Amino acid sequence: MIRSELVQIIADENPHLYQRDVERIVSTVFEQIIDAMARGDRVELRGFGAFSVKKREARVGRNPRTGESVQVEEKHVPFFKTGKALRDRLNGR
Amino acid sequence: MMNKTLTRMDLGEAVFREVGLSRNESAALVESVLGHMSDALADGNSVKISSFGTFSVRDKNARVGRNPKTGEEVPILPRRVLTFRPSHLMKDQVAAGNKG
Repeated sequence: MIRSELVQIIADENPHLYQRDVERIVSTVFEQIIDAMARGDRVELRGFGAFSVKKREARVGRNPRTGESVQVEEKHVPFFKTGKALRDRLNGR
Repeated sequence: MMNKTLTRMDLGEAVFREVGLSRNESAALVESVLGHMSDALADGNSVKISSFGTFSVRDKNARVGRNPKTGEEVPILPRRVLTFRPSHLMKDQVAAGNKG
């Protein structure tokens, strides 16, 4: 399923809404999640899962081609943990 | 900086502000987005949201695990797990927003 299919399903279920409003609704949900993580916040959607930010410490990396050492700076990466209800559903429980 | 946790309620509130439907309907639509994504995943499909990321379902084989506390061996049955791969946009925004 891709974004446009998700929009279409929801538009079909809500004939009183304009398609462009459904698009805004779907975009708002995903943008809010990204914005929250960009602020360092967590997003917890019970039953679905939780988005959080993990810190990767600075380290000395290596250029795999030349073998040369390079300093890699500390950075923050997005992380998703599946919720219990969804994990159970995936396994037919 | 104080970090907080966003919930469905915050997403519903954002939809309410953005689109101008009632709070109730906004909340129901947020639920509908998550519900349809869950349905697709439960059917074994992947969900690809451009500029957000991709959720995909992977099959894990059975293996012998170990209770880390007792050292006891326990069989882990084959199961399906969900993985999320963030888009470049998400990675960039998260990295930039949490810098320094």
